[in-house]
Amino acid sequence: MWDYSEKVKEHFFNPRNVGVVRDANATGEVGSISCGDALRLTLKVDPESGVIQEAGFQTFGCGSAVASSSVLTEMIIGLTLDEAERINNDDIANALGGLPPEKMHCSVMGHEALQAAIANYRGEVWKDDHEEGALICKCFAIDAVKIEQTIRDHGLRTVQDVTGYTKAGGGCSTCHEGIEELLTRVLSEKGEAFDPENHATEASASAKSAGLPPMNIRAMAMGE
Amino acid sequence: MKPIYMDNNATTCVDPRVVETMLPFLTEQFGNPSSMHRFGDQVGRALKRAREQVQSLLGAEHASEVIFTSCGTESDSTAILSAVRAQPQRREIITTEVEHPAVLNVCEQLEKEGYTIHRLGVDGQGRLDLAHYREVLSDQVAVASIMWANNETGTLFPVESMAEMARAKGVMFHTDAVQAVGKLPIDLKYTCIDMLSLSGHKLHAPKGVGVLYVRRGLRFRPLLRGGHQERGRRAGTENVPGIIALGRAAELALTHMDDERRRVRVLRDRLETGLLEQIPHAFVTGDVDNRLPNTLNIAFEYIEGESILLMLNQQGIAASSGSACTSGSLEPSHVMRAMGIPYTAAHGSVRFSLSRFNTQEEVDRVIQVMPDIVARLRKLSPYWGEDGPVEDPEQAFAPAYA
Repeated sequence: MWDYSEKVKEHFFNPRNVGVVRDANATGEVGSISCGDALRLTLKVDPESGVIQEAGFQTFGCGSAVASSSVLTEMIIGLTLDEAERINNDDIANALGGLPPEKMHCSVMGHEALQAAIANYRGEVWKDDHEEGALICKCFAIDAVKIEQTIRDHGLRTVQDVTGYTKAGGGCSTCHEGIEELLTRVLSEKGEAFDPENHATEASASAKSAGLPPMNIRAMAMGE
Repeated sequence: MKPIYMDNNATTCVDPRVVETMLPFLTEQFGNPSSMHRFGDQVGRALKRAREQVQSLLGAEHASEVIFTSCGTESDSTAILSAVRAQPQRREIITTEVEHPAVLNVCEQLEKEGYTIHRLGVDGQGRLDLAHYREVLSDQVAVASIMWANNETGTLFPVESMAEMARAKGVMFHTDAVQAVGKLPIDLKYTCIDMLSLSGHKLHAPKGVGVLYVRRGLRFRPLLRGGHQERGRRAGTENVPGIIALGRAAELALTHMDDERRRVRVLRDRLETGLLEQIPHAFVTGDVDNRLPNTLNIAFEYIEGESILLMLNQQGIAASSGSACTSGSLEPSHVMRAMGIPYTAAHGSVRFSLSRFNTQEEVDRVIQVMPDIVARLRKLSPYWGEDGPVEDPEQAFAPAYA
């Protein structure tokens, strides 16, 4: 049983703004039926002020998907599009009193639906830059796609490297076998073998010796 | 209102008579059966009786063919790894796409270690591809591990005839019978089944105890080595209260077998008919004519299973679902996918699994609340219109993949 907050349950059992907004002038449709979540968000935006006057949702999904959609509509009604655009998925999760790590993607879906609807209103095409993989690190909600991409981008070789760049594996450490499997797979693409005896790459080791927290290591490595 | 429990394929309540039988072994009868004094001696006798009770339920020829383990998963691992280790020259394994993870994940690990795994597929009703089975049986196969009954749909596999086919080719045959034992009559001495796994908590014994049946004379390699417990085939001090409980539960299962196959089946069928009559766009998954008497798996189209379970839970009703969300994975149940059930239905599949403790009033209560739950969720669904699915649902709503 998921540890859903009271707020999640409240929104699930009494969802707000259900359905399609009449005379909507913005629509965002996102989701993935294979992972069981899909959301249509419709908005009525005042062309003069750019204020979102009405918002409605239709969701195929679990308790937290319905709750994320519902709370999102409450959050954005009355905001201008520019203000709404700044809402990210953490804001949605926080508005619900938090979500279990396995369910963070529900808040991501809400964020993406909003982005898609805003793009639709402006006559743009929203592009998804985020592909979702199987959840590896439950402490920090990091999925396989993100880890594999980071291993590739930065030529990582060890579990420590992965933790340094993504935080994955930095908590309870029980996902280290999974991270080793990803390292093995990505390194083999380059014809290399994963060596558990390997030391961390220089970037992550030097950042570590400088005493920087993991996120800063990442910023450093990316030259930010 | 009294809660209604219809998730017995996940776990069962411990029968009060089982609790009564096991309690003394948590208090005054605390001895170690291996000890030479009277504390141990009495416990040793009780273990012997429990072993015989399980032997009767399984129709095993010898009580010594029963090895007590900690759970069904341990039994499955022990069986497959034993077959592999005892026959290192055989590098192939046959199983199915719809096994429990206790078998699938062991096979996957062996695959990484270089084994070839033949996973038999199923058709839309969940029936096994036996032609494929015949094709891959060979002297290269260490073991065929095929479940007796599927945990999600209740679909039965013809394990007795498949064991005969394996025997004819000299291949060891293991069956994960965790869902079948106690619900169907089993008489192992008249079959070619070499190994069978069962789990205590699926038949009204407590969690933490299971059995691996190993036919006398079968080449066997233990998973746990150490002391001489279970004749050296499973070292470790016995879970005495659990084993005693499982023995009693096995005895009771035999007594209630007819009830399970008649009254429980009638209740299940009543539930099925009641739900299908009232709820449009819902269908039963699995092999309807050949399944466990207690299991009903229904796919409610265009809505998602976890949402259904949350609403049922609010009504005090416990069931389970094959949706991705209930497990936190990104894909719906591998069983639904293997049967080719469309995603919009697979995510909405709900399993009701009954036991001898369920009543007709409970079934009628589920039939009463379910239509409203489905209607409420369909009102939220982008695939649902005013009074039915939108025209060509997958076309009408095709969200950007995220």
